[in-house]
Formats: sequence, C-alpha cells, structure tokens
Amino acid sequence: MFAKQLTVFIENRTGRLAEVLGVLRENNVNILSLSLADTTEFGLLRLIVDNAAAGKEKLTEKGFSSLLSDVSIIKIPHKVGSLQELLKIIDKNGVNIEYMYGLSVKCDDAFIVLKASDGKKVDEILTANGVGTITCEELAQI
Amino acid sequence: MIEAGADSYDKRSEDEIIEYYTSQKGTEMIWSKEETLPREEIERIQLERLQETVSRVYEKVAPYRKKMDEAGVKPEDIRTLADLSKLPFVTKQDMRDNYPFGLFAVGKDELVRIHASSGTTGKPTVVGYTQGDLKTWTECVSRIACMGGATGKDVAQICFGYGMFTGALGLHYGLENIGAAIVPSSTGNSQKQIMYMQDFETSLLVATPSYALRLAEVAKEMGVEPERDLKVRIALVGSELLTDAMREEMHKFWGKDILITSNYGMSELMGPGVSGECLEHCGMHINEDYFIPEIIDPKTGEVLPVGEQGELVITCIKKEGLPLIRYRTKDITRLFYEKCKCGRTFCRMENLSGRSDDMLKIRGVNVFPSQIEEVILSVEELGPHYEIILEREGFLDKLTIRVELAHVTDSFAVLEKITAEVKNKLKIMLGLDAKVLLVSPNTLQRFEGKAKRVKDLRSK
Ligand SMILES: [Zn+2]
Repeated sequence: MFAKQLTVFIENRTGRLAEVLGVLRENNVNILSLSLADTTEFGLLRLIVDNAAAGKEKLTEKGFSSLLSDVSIIKIPHKVGSLQELLKIIDKNGVNIEYMYGLSVKCDDAFIVLKASDGKKVDEILTANGVGTITCEELAQI
Repeated sequence: MIEAGADSYDKRSEDEIIEYYTSQKGTEMIWSKEETLPREEIERIQLERLQETVSRVYEKVAPYRKKMDEAGVKPEDIRTLADLSKLPFVTKQDMRDNYPFGLFAVGKDELVRIHASSGTTGKPTVVGYTQGDLKTWTECVSRIACMGGATGKDVAQICFGYGMFTGALGLHYGLENIGAAIVPSSTGNSQKQIMYMQDFETSLLVATPSYALRLAEVAKEMGVEPERDLKVRIALVGSELLTDAMREEMHKFWGKDILITSNYGMSELMGPGVSGECLEHCGMHINEDYFIPEIIDPKTGEVLPVGEQGELVITCIKKEGLPLIRYRTKDITRLFYEKCKCGRTFCRMENLSGRSDDMLKIRGVNVFPSQIEEVILSVEELGPHYEIILEREGFLDKLTIRVELAHVTDSFAVLEKITAEVKNKLKIMLGLDAKVLLVSPNTLQRFEGKAKRVKDLRSK
C-alpha cells in the first residue's frame, strides 16, 4: 500500500520554508512527518500530511509548485533493532533505497517513510514478509 | 511626395494582384513576383535605386552629406553595387546625435507616422514614414508573412505590444493586406488571450518566442492543452532570437506540428519585414529590392567575402522618410545567395547567432546569452526560463545562472545531476565557470515583449 508524499522544492532564500509551512497552516493541513534535505543552494522539503491532495492544491493556489509521489509508510515495532531488521529484508532483495525518514508516535509502533528505486517491489517484499504499511489518513488517526 | 526611382517592378495592377492572390489562396505562396527575379535583374534594380537614394540623401540629409564629403565620395562615384563600400556607415549613435528628425530626407509635413524605440540610455531613436513608406512596409511584411506560411484564411492574433514599437503595427498591416483576420490583442491579459484563441479559432500567432511560451504555460494552467484545444498552426516569431533549442522548446509547448518561422527587422530600417524565414527553414530571405545587405568585419569595417560571418549592414534603397545608408545593425550573421528550394531568388541571412550588443565578455570569454540558453534547453529537466547574473568579485567576473525546473522532483540525486550537467556543459562547450541555482517552476519573471534575461551588475 502506498501513501502520498508532498514534495516542495525550496530555493535557499530566507523565509521560503516558513512561507510553505504558513500555507499549510492556514489551510489546516496537518504535518505528520517531514524531511528536509538541503545544500547551500536549494532544499527539498518532503512532507507526510493528513491530506496531501489538499496541500498540493493550496500550495499551487499560492504559487508554490509541488509534487505528489508514492512512498511506503512502514509500521515497525518501536524497539531497538527493528529498523535494521527491515532494511535487511529490503537489501536482501536487491532494491535500492533512495531516501527514508522516520516518525515515532506515542504507541508501541514506529513509522518509517521509505522511497525506493522500485516502489512496487518494496511493497511486494513488505507484504510477503508480513510487514504492515499504512496510508497518511490512517497515520493521522493514530 | 517624393517619387523614388524604378517603379516598374512593384507597380502591378490591382487586378493582377487580386488574380494572383486568389489563385493561391489557402496554399503557401509567393506574394510578389519580385521575389523570384533573376540575380542580374535584382542587381539592376538595386543599383538604380541605390544611385537614386544616395543622390537624394546627399541633397536632403545634411549630416550624411557631411560624412560623404569627409570621406571624399560624391553621389556620382556610385557606379556599381561594389561602390557601396565607399560610403560611410550610419550607426545608432548617429540617430541619437540627430534626434529627432536630423537624418530624415523629407519634411515633417510628408510624414504620416512616427515610431520610436525605447532607448534604455538617453534619447530614443525616432523613425518616420511617408504614405509611400507605409505601402512599402505593408508589401514587405505581406511577403514575409506568406514566406512564413500565412494565408488569407488565417485568423492572426498579434501578441506584440502595440504602441511606439514597430513590431505590432508592421505585422498588423502586412497580415491584413494578405487577407488574414487580425486580432490585435497586444500583450498582457494572457488568460483573455487564450480565450480569444479558443473562441476566434486563432490559427496564427505573432509573438516573441518567450511570450509564446508564456501563453502556452497560461493555457495549461487554465486546463487548455494548446495542441489539443487550440487551432494555432503557425507562430510568426520575431523581435528576439529564435535558436534551434528555443524552437524545440516551443514545439514541446505548442505541439510538434506547429509551424514556427522567424522574421527579422528593426525600426531604424522599417520595422519587421526586412527578412523572413520560408518553409524550407534555411535562413531568412531579405527583401533585396528594398534593402541591400552587406557583411562586414565589425572591428575594421571591411566588407567580408560572401558566406563569412560578420556584422550585418543594411542600406535602404526605396525609403522616403528615413533612407539610412549602410546602417550597422550590430547583428551577427552570414549571407547565402544560392537559390532556395522555395523558389525565391532573394538571398538569405542565417538566423541570428547573436547581437553584438548582447555579447557578454566573461573572464575574457566572449559569449552570447543565446549560447547559454542552448545549454540550458539541452537539459531535459529544465524549463525555458532562466536568468543570467554577472557580478564582479574582486577582479574576477562571477557568473550565476538561475534556472527553473520544469517539474518538481522528490529526488535529490536528480537535482544534483541537473546542476552538474549544466555546469559541465557550460565549461566544456563555452569555457565558462558558473554557479548554477535551480529555482522552483513558475517563479522567474515572465516577459510579454522582448525577454530581459541578463542582469549585468558589474560596474562598467
Ligand atoms: Zn526559401
């Protein structure tokens, strides 16, 4: 199962990040997790929000270009070593991970947002190994 | 009214024109039989008109008479076309020095139209037309419109700014003359422009290449797919360089089937109508019965052999109001005299590789902005919008290129690859070291007229 990730390209200009976050706030789009990858020249803000489609629409209205892409939000036990166990499974199948970032919530589970070169294959591997994935909407309910 | 020399070649009876025109309506056509005259005949007309123009200018235009006297040339020294090289040049500076009407060959009473180019520094350059000049202009633009594929059946939307700029009115009268239906929408209000295109079924678009791209972008934002939902089949572009890369980019936005032809002119010479591209896409045919082209070495002023690249110099041989002799255009091109497959015998000038005015000198390297544009457009993930910024750091020039992504990506690796690709290509192809800054789609300034993409912040 895939979840929709919202990506915004951020030029390295003071206040740009705050502007993007401001648009989401004004429109009541809740951020569940994020990763900001940056160099001195630009940044990529990847967001997991409760309503990615609405987020994109509102950003477009305000003149920010964004992208919706499929990622896996993977549920793993909130304990030492579980992330490594997950990666072992994926590595074993020869799939290349492009990026990942995590979020932990106040429960027994932790969640990892993962994008691989072959998303479909990862999804199959996860299902085959009994590892659960969830959507943004489900995540928002936790 | 001044009667300018040998008229026999463009005095066709009205019936003759109508007959010729109706017989070809709806197909690509050659507007005037002059365009297919044998070379000897073209040269005979040119010499006759040149001699007449030089005598008239010597008599009526004091600043040019002074130049000729200083150079020791009299009108009767012009015996052959080769003697043209004996005559002094006219430059833009001469026009400024004689602002507004000093280089005119007629009194103000005889003018029926005045245009001016916006001077970024100092006074604008002023140009004026007699009744006869307007007829000439209309004739010249009619020819280049047909060359570019226009017909009397077209609905032509003119998205050049109307006003003191010659582009819009030049194309307006030329296209109207061939029977096209003109939509004089000018620039701006791009959403309404798209609405007109839909509702009037516009088939021909007149715009700068950058505004044509902008319009396609606005259409897409409105949910209108130019290729599917609009009927635009020809774009007559001008006033800005059309590089091959830019042409390709226009196809990406307007579809692969749209016919894109460029045309050339400048207000000092007349406006649009000096030359235009035919459907063979092998350069722009110069209206040689009205203009004599030469290519010179811009440094020495010497005339270069046929086929060599240099600065284009144009002599107007049938203008009444402002007949400029050997005007230095600052445009870099070359000329071809081989007969074209389209049937025209008029010589062709290569699509411009740059304007010497626009040439940038960066750390000792001479480069045209159009060359940087070609590099940018060769990278697939980048859009056609960019900004070239030049600064001075200590004693060194610093070049920064800001360029828009075509789409947002979620891959950091892709962004790094794009940046590296632009840098490498600039280094390998142009010898330039640049800082490349990617910016989000739709954030750089859009232009309705001539795009201004270079910001030179170096103190000169
Ligand atoms: Zn041709």
